[in-house]
Amino acid sequence: MKEPDAHANPQAATGELIRLDKVTKRFGDHTVLDRLDFTVDAGKHVTLIGPSGSGKTTILRMLMTLTKPDEGTITVAGQKLFPADGKQVREIRKSIGMVFQQFNLFPNMRVLRNITEAPVTVLGMSKDEAEQRARELLDLVGLGDHLDKYPSQLSGGQQQRVAIARALAMRPQVLLLDEVTSALDPELVAGVLDVLRDIAHSTDITMLCVTHEMNFARDISDRVLMFDSGQVIEAGAPEKIFSEPEQPRTREFLSAVL
Amino acid sequence: MKWDWGAVRDFLPHFWDGLLVTLQALVLGSLIAFVLGLVWALLMRTPTRWVRWPVGVVTEFIRDTPLLVQLFFLFYVLPEWGLAFSALTTGVVAIGLHYSTYTMQVYRAGIEAVPAGQWEAATALSLPMRRTWTAVILPQAIRRVVPALGNYVISMLKDTPMLMAITVLDMLGEARLFSQQHFQFTEPLTVIGVAFVLISYPASLLLRALERRLVR
Repeated sequence: MKEPDAHANPQAATGELIRLDKVTKRFGDHTVLDRLDFTVDAGKHVTLIGPSGSGKTTILRMLMTLTKPDEGTITVAGQKLFPADGKQVREIRKSIGMVFQQFNLFPNMRVLRNITEAPVTVLGMSKDEAEQRARELLDLVGLGDHLDKYPSQLSGGQQQRVAIARALAMRPQVLLLDEVTSALDPELVAGVLDVLRDIAHSTDITMLCVTHEMNFARDISDRVLMFDSGQVIEAGAPEKIFSEPEQPRTREFLSAVL
Repeated sequence: MKWDWGAVRDFLPHFWDGLLVTLQALVLGSLIAFVLGLVWALLMRTPTRWVRWPVGVVTEFIRDTPLLVQLFFLFYVLPEWGLAFSALTTGVVAIGLHYSTYTMQVYRAGIEAVPAGQWEAATALSLPMRRTWTAVILPQAIRRVVPALGNYVISMLKDTPMLMAITVLDMLGEARLFSQQHFQFTEPLTVIGVAFVLISYPASLLLRALERRLVR
């Protein structure tokens, strides 16, 4: 006989939240991820580093269900995300949010509605409540007085901070950050990273982050995974990976980017 | 040849009748073309081949045959199958249907021009498919294609005289009738020529203004 709570809440707030088992992804003849295994514990901040084309972004896109693995299984909070039927995918997807390299704000909506659209139509939140929450989130990202603007009236850094607020408005358990500063002018990077540092330190949200900002990775990560050729070749605390990497390939990569 | 203002005055009551018919055909035909074109474009995006294939064949067929042939067909052949409508109704449907096969391509291009990132953001926010279309994709797609749709409205205006072939008295129909009854061709034809310019030139100015506002 199961405990009554065990079924209602399959994973407690601690312990393993994301698990990839033998995940393979190919694009044509090119194998991007080759029987990849890894897990992320709830509330942890994990950063994926490695050369371009090593499959880091593909992992985030698979977790966001924007692309499917060819083989293997993906589990989130004890439930299968792949393989799974559409209903289950839609259910799990609600607990995952993503911030994109190119922001992808909806240009036809004002800032406020970019943030309230999903909470109202997906979570069934009242318009007033969603707007109240959107204002709080915009204050958090330092854009409290821009809510009536259109995305095109904002700088790239401001747009990205709106995109962060938009993802947080869905109260995700997992936040996926896909090279969120790569498309920004250098002087706008710090503002976005400061917001993310803030969120990393003040919430218990699980973060999975692909970045080339090594200082940021060092600041916020609990674990850093070094990718190469579709495999995790080295993993550990940021102090260890950045100061005394074991693998020659990791050393080579870090000396090139640091 | 002498210009006769009297003939202009005599023609004017008929002209207003013709203008009304032309504008009716234009407005209703545009509505059909805009709505039906969007329906075709959306049907062409359904995953099932059994929807896409017939829609593709029918619209290609309509696009590749002359409007005049379609007008005759709808007006003379359909009644033999027990489907008889007034001449104006038939004309409006024919123009709307014909142009819907062009507007569908305009919509398709507009939909395809919406960046993949917009679909991905909608997925990441778990927006349902219907909401993704109505709140994210179509507002952006339609905004982009308004100028192109407007060009088809001006084309349609210039095709409305074809309705004369199925006995509809549009501006040209009225002018022709008046000319034959009074043996005065210059004045009525000049009046309607000027009328076409007075409708389509401001319309194209309006379009250019819209284009500047909408396409950024």
